[in-house]
Amino acid sequence: MDIHLSGAQATPAERAAIDALLGRPTSRWRGGDREHAADSRYAHGGQSARARRHLLLPALHAVQDAVGHVTRGAVDYIAQRLTVPPADVYGVASFYALFEMHESPPTVAHVCDDVGCLARGAGELIASLERTCGPAGSPCADGRATWKRSPCLGLCERAPAALMRRAGEGRTDATLAPATAGMVHDELHGTSAPTRVMDSVPQRGESGLRLLSRVGVVDPTSLHDYLSHGGYAALAHAFLLGPEGVVKEVTESKLMGRGGAAFPTGVKWGAVLRASALPHHVVCNADESEPGTFKDRVLMEEDPFAVIEALTVAGFATGATMGWIYIRGEYPEAHDRLAHAIAVTRREGLLGDNVMGRVGFSFDIELRKGAGAYICGEETALFNSIEGYRGEPRNKPPFPVSEGLFRLPTAINNVETLANVLEILKGGSEEYLKLGLDSSRGTKLFCVAGNVTTPGLYELPFGATLRELLALAGGIEGGRALQAVLLGGAAGSFVTAEDLDVPLTFEGTRAIGASLGSGVVLVFDDRVDMRAIVRRIARFFRDESCGQCVPCRVGTQRQEEALGRLCAGASRAGRDEALLLIDDLDRAMRDASICGLGHTAAVAVQSAIRKLNLFAVEAP
Amino acid sequence: MSGEPREMTITVDGAPVRVREGATLLEALRAHGVDTPTLCFLENLTPVNACRVCVVELQGARTLVPSCSRKAEEGMVVSTDSERVRHARKLVFELLGSSVDLSNAGPEVARWSARYGADPARFGAPAPAASEGSRDHRHAGHHAAPDPAVAQTVAQPVKVDNDLFVRDYSRCILCYKCVEACGGDAQNTFAITVAGRGFDARISTEFAAPLTDSACVFCGNCIGVCPTGALVFKSEFDLREAGNWREQDQTVTRTVCTYCGVGCNLELHVQDNTIVKVTSPLDHDVTSGHLCIKGRFGFEFVQVRERE
Repeated sequence: MDIHLSGAQATPAERAAIDALLGRPTSRWRGGDREHAADSRYAHGGQSARARRHLLLPALHAVQDAVGHVTRGAVDYIAQRLTVPPADVYGVASFYALFEMHESPPTVAHVCDDVGCLARGAGELIASLERTCGPAGSPCADGRATWKRSPCLGLCERAPAALMRRAGEGRTDATLAPATAGMVHDELHGTSAPTRVMDSVPQRGESGLRLLSRVGVVDPTSLHDYLSHGGYAALAHAFLLGPEGVVKEVTESKLMGRGGAAFPTGVKWGAVLRASALPHHVVCNADESEPGTFKDRVLMEEDPFAVIEALTVAGFATGATMGWIYIRGEYPEAHDRLAHAIAVTRREGLLGDNVMGRVGFSFDIELRKGAGAYICGEETALFNSIEGYRGEPRNKPPFPVSEGLFRLPTAINNVETLANVLEILKGGSEEYLKLGLDSSRGTKLFCVAGNVTTPGLYELPFGATLRELLALAGGIEGGRALQAVLLGGAAGSFVTAEDLDVPLTFEGTRAIGASLGSGVVLVFDDRVDMRAIVRRIARFFRDESCGQCVPCRVGTQRQEEALGRLCAGASRAGRDEALLLIDDLDRAMRDASICGLGHTAAVAVQSAIRKLNLFAVEAP
Repeated sequence: MSGEPREMTITVDGAPVRVREGATLLEALRAHGVDTPTLCFLENLTPVNACRVCVVELQGARTLVPSCSRKAEEGMVVSTDSERVRHARKLVFELLGSSVDLSNAGPEVARWSARYGADPARFGAPAPAASEGSRDHRHAGHHAAPDPAVAQTVAQPVKVDNDLFVRDYSRCILCYKCVEACGGDAQNTFAITVAGRGFDARISTEFAAPLTDSACVFCGNCIGVCPTGALVFKSEFDLREAGNWREQDQTVTRTVCTYCGVGCNLELHVQDNTIVKVTSPLDHDVTSGHLCIKGRFGFEFVQVRERE
């Protein structure tokens, strides 16, 4: 491979940002100034160069943060530094929504217009913003700022939400929630708006909480505080049990993954532990991007040491030496808390060689940040993203337990799943099994948002009913009538008042044709325009499809168009035709797409059509 | 160890089929004479299983599986013509037919589309073509709501930035073959990539630069693998534009390239006593279908008549 450079030069600011990540270039071949005697005699490609490709995404982040967009000069310089063809760098960068590929103002407000925020006034906020700052994407504040529409930012309990990103010197990323148009306007014009502090966990401090027991109680920046609240007891117990013992305990607890797919965690860990290829990896999937989901964000922000400890337990149990946390790019506060926790635990000997004094157990954690791509929550897309490729899912088999990150045996678990492991090890699987119903054991985090009196993250044992959960959240805001609940996120289903007694378990929700998914309980009262909500969901899948396979790439586009015709008020014949198309697309995407995004891209749309009867009468 | 590869038995549409260990389902189906449509598959490239037109129903699997990449395993039971398979294939041809110009994709695509009853028109009339370059710069993620009255397509002006070949991305089904041939599967040049995301994904150089400013070495191996005529010889493109491309009148002559000693086989496609394009046989053990710029495009001297 011969790297062809365009001749565009990276600016000093861009070079400095990339060098801060990769170190200074050692020779002209690698993009430096100095002629190196060896340059003319050796090729600098090969295995050693390829082994650094996983630094591509961090390098792109460095440039975006430094200058607010990804320039040709920067692409060439990254290509040179990492021995990755410029076209590949461009292909990767242009995959992510948070990388600007054209000159762009340094300050950008990403304003959520997704389902959770729509139910709580995002439409009005955006309309007002359009009046004061111009349409989305247009420059304001003398060209120094702009605003864009964004998919769910995972701040649904404090909706409506915005993410402020400032590039350049003194760069900051910060969330703004609850946001008003005035606050976003002020932020764009350089004055920071104080946010109202709201509690994300209404149950904070209550006895009986397990996963949330430390949230709002301990100082999330203090390892000492964490240790004095039971921290690292689980890892100590894991050391007593040994890897096989941990896998046995987790298997017997019947823990199932909380990211949406509900796969038994013990089975996954056992397979990785037994895998012969070395080294093994463990990955914490913190790319929480399912619209309406914010549980992992709260855990990472408020109890980051628990995430580190749990991933260390996973590493010990699966024989892994390396752990990775892949967090979505829209979570700046959680990212910083985790980065801090990793640095502290490393310093205190809880990461690195001989973890916590256990001779022979070496384990470290690398924190990686996504850049605006829902699909990267799909496990194999996440691997590709870490490895420095486009976040396109791989065909399965092979499964991650045999060929995962860097094609090595990998256990990948959701943040909440890992948090459960700590509980299992501390109390034992027998104790853990006492909570829950059927094969859904333990407790579950529910992201209750939308039109309820007290939105927030709630923890309940599996088996509580939807009615009980909504009562806990204070019922429908203002005593209004319930129109619908979106269970499980954009890949989930709508249920109505007649389903309120469904037990919130994997089996219970399945029995009514819904799914628990990632624990989304998004409530819509009778004022919400459900057609707009369903169209937003269809648009979400069209926006977030990676584009790799035909059924999903074109199918999500056609689904959005067909839904648009239905909403515009088609004739009876036109309506029947559109409904048939959506049915046909659903079956093809479900059967023939590569990954779960395509498989579920029509689920919520279909349930809205059937359950909410949205298009039963001809639109006016 | 015995030198003979082990064999195993799978069931295809109720009939037992013997396949060698390590073979894909597609190899088994073809050996068994089952006509299986493929678009993104080519024998000399790594399967990317992106087009999903070769899917089959595998007993015990929740979804259909791509036969081009799925390895056969002892005892697999496969259906190639079930209702689910027919529906998925029909929809893939409809989705492609409604968004991409398949008119130069060859007779097989037309035959398969007809076989599965594909009706691309049912998604609506095609939307107007994108203006020049506009699809090249679409941002990933959020987009404006489409006009629901029409079906969006990938239609856009043709890219002509060199004398050797033309990129007509209105015909591109995003099969990844050209990217593979340009990259690690053949040429190792990596001049092109898939850029963007979702329906806005496209084949591109870095920042959509003209090929002449990219790493492209003009080997034309991307043309050699393109299944839909999105990448064509300039000579073919011009004749087609003039309405004078007559495949039925062409002869194909196999010969050996004279430029160097490697021994690549060339197939000279000749119309009206003029070479109009050059290919190489996929099964040729020197080229595997791939050539260099000289073998692919260096034929002009043959038809210079000045010295006659």
